[in-house]
Amino acid sequence: MRHLLRKLGFYLVALWAALTVNFFVPRLMPGDPVEILLSKLGQHGPVTPEMRASVEALLGTNSGESLWSQYVDYLGNLARGDLGTSVVFYPASVGSIIEQTLPWTIGLIGLATIISFLAGVGLGTVAGWKRGSWLDNLIPVTTMFQSVPYFWLALILLFAFGSIWPLFPLNGGYDVYNVTPGWNGPFLGSVLYYGALPAITIVLSSVGGWMLGMRNMMVSTLSEDYMVTAEAKGLRPGRIMRRYAARNAVLPSVSGFAISLGFVVAGSIVTEAVFSYPGIGSALLQSVGGNDYALMQGIFLVITLSVLGANLLVDLLYSVIDPRTRARA
Amino acid sequence: MTMTTELSETAIEDNARKPIKVRRLARNPKLLAGLIIGGAIVLFGLLGPLVCQDPRLVNDIGLTGPSAEHWLGTTQTGQDVLAQLAHGTRGSLAVGAIVGVLTLLLSAFFGVVGAYAGGWVDEMFSLFTNIMLVIPGLPLVIVISSYVPDKSIWLVSVVLAITSWAGSARVLRGYTLSLRSRDYVLASRVAGEKRWRILSVEILPNLIPLLASQVVFAVIFAILGEAGLSYLGLGASGSFTWGTMLYYAQNGLALRLGAWWWFVPPGLMLALFGAALSLINFSIDEIINPKLRNQTRAARKGWRMSREQLSKAKEATL
Repeated sequence: MRHLLRKLGFYLVALWAALTVNFFVPRLMPGDPVEILLSKLGQHGPVTPEMRASVEALLGTNSGESLWSQYVDYLGNLARGDLGTSVVFYPASVGSIIEQTLPWTIGLIGLATIISFLAGVGLGTVAGWKRGSWLDNLIPVTTMFQSVPYFWLALILLFAFGSIWPLFPLNGGYDVYNVTPGWNGPFLGSVLYYGALPAITIVLSSVGGWMLGMRNMMVSTLSEDYMVTAEAKGLRPGRIMRRYAARNAVLPSVSGFAISLGFVVAGSIVTEAVFSYPGIGSALLQSVGGNDYALMQGIFLVITLSVLGANLLVDLLYSVIDPRTRARA
Repeated sequence: MTMTTELSETAIEDNARKPIKVRRLARNPKLLAGLIIGGAIVLFGLLGPLVCQDPRLVNDIGLTGPSAEHWLGTTQTGQDVLAQLAHGTRGSLAVGAIVGVLTLLLSAFFGVVGAYAGGWVDEMFSLFTNIMLVIPGLPLVIVISSYVPDKSIWLVSVVLAITSWAGSARVLRGYTLSLRSRDYVLASRVAGEKRWRILSVEILPNLIPLLASQVVFAVIFAILGEAGLSYLGLGASGSFTWGTMLYYAQNGLALRLGAWWWFVPPGLMLALFGAALSLINFSIDEIINPKLRNQTRAARKGWRMSREQLSKAKEATL
């Protein structure tokens, strides 16, 4: 129980730190984002005093209010879920944009990451178990894929399978002309079809890292005394590999998985830029392009929140699969 | 049995002729390949810009393939791709170097000093590190860089370093904690050595391989991160890096027009340099963790034995 409270406390502090960074970044930067944003909003229609107040709370103001009361206003607005109004998607609120785009990102990037993790850990287990086999020698090749910049790999694959051999669509999240969004078969099929190539690029570029890490941990684990014991007991090799070696070797990969979730959300920005996927990364880029600071801040918050949430989840899971972490705390 | 001893004797004689360093390198082909590729790219970045043409010089021969005049062809506006590549290499390497140094300083400070000092200093430092670790880096970089219209290569590098040091600090902290309680450190403490001396003479030398591999990681991460940022159009303004080259190639529709000489070289350079650094990192890993290297195929080759000979030798010793 103490362990749990400690973890929760840490994530609360991290959340507060993220909110504070989000508060100070626009205020420390040169230029006046509020005026830029308000003048852009003004082009679309009248700016109500409420809109002005929420933008000022979000980005800072020159009206002479103390930094502290701005900070309180900002936290209050966030607590009420008021993230302001978007310029790029005027007159939609930032909250509704995030609501629309987040499921796409979580669906595509989340699934691709889980597939990549499972495949990498599985292959790494076998590679470490049969050291020197062809699978083991494949590892340098897969890590090559990792050192290729992701967007370049994605562009080349898109060029090859989108333009030269048109197996996959060039961009978008689903077939906008022929299907209607909703829980129907054609729409879901179209989503899968459009998501396949982006998912493949993500898996290709990240599977090598999981494989290498797992393989190296397997090799280290194989020389433990309990492995000798297991062999001496005459257990089947498959059982030794899965129950004795892999189970212990997978622990660092699990904590790596938590950390990588942060990079996953970050990576989604580039993925969605290449494939024009309608996720939260595209929205972030559009907001950057249109100086839409309110949307930008909102998306940064959501990304941070989801990373923190995922980390917390994996942390809790970790203390279940590795009781030693509970004992130490 | 006799055959194997004979074989190993010839191997020893063969090896004895070469100087030790070369022999070690030759036995570690990963490190050798990594150093050669990485060194060649660094040389290209250092010397290339001195001898090649002006990368900004606009010409009326837009988008032509490789020729004697322009070895790697020209861009849309007739700029020489090879010249841009040379300057881009220099730019990207500069970003990597700056971030590498900053990451080394930050992670060593927060990881090693915190873990060595212990107590509340360690608590605060590791809390700070963990918070930096969970705050997503690239979105933060994008947000920060979108507020600054004119970015120098320095600003981009500093922002990249600030968002990326935490991972290595955590690794270093873990290792320092285990070093701190080793016998020889306790012995030197009993002998009355000063704390800074224990840290810099007893602990730091043992951390060097780990520090090196973390720095190599940081450099890869920085170069790829900068390329990603530039590709999104958020990189340093008015500079040449591999990322900005790809950005202009993408905007100039190089991919659709089939101008492979424009978008392949920078991507290939990124991939090659990344691969070279990963190879170096692999071999550092094998130095730190000897379990990873014994009995690999490379090691067997080192003993000049085939698999059958090795198993025979094993049977003979058993």
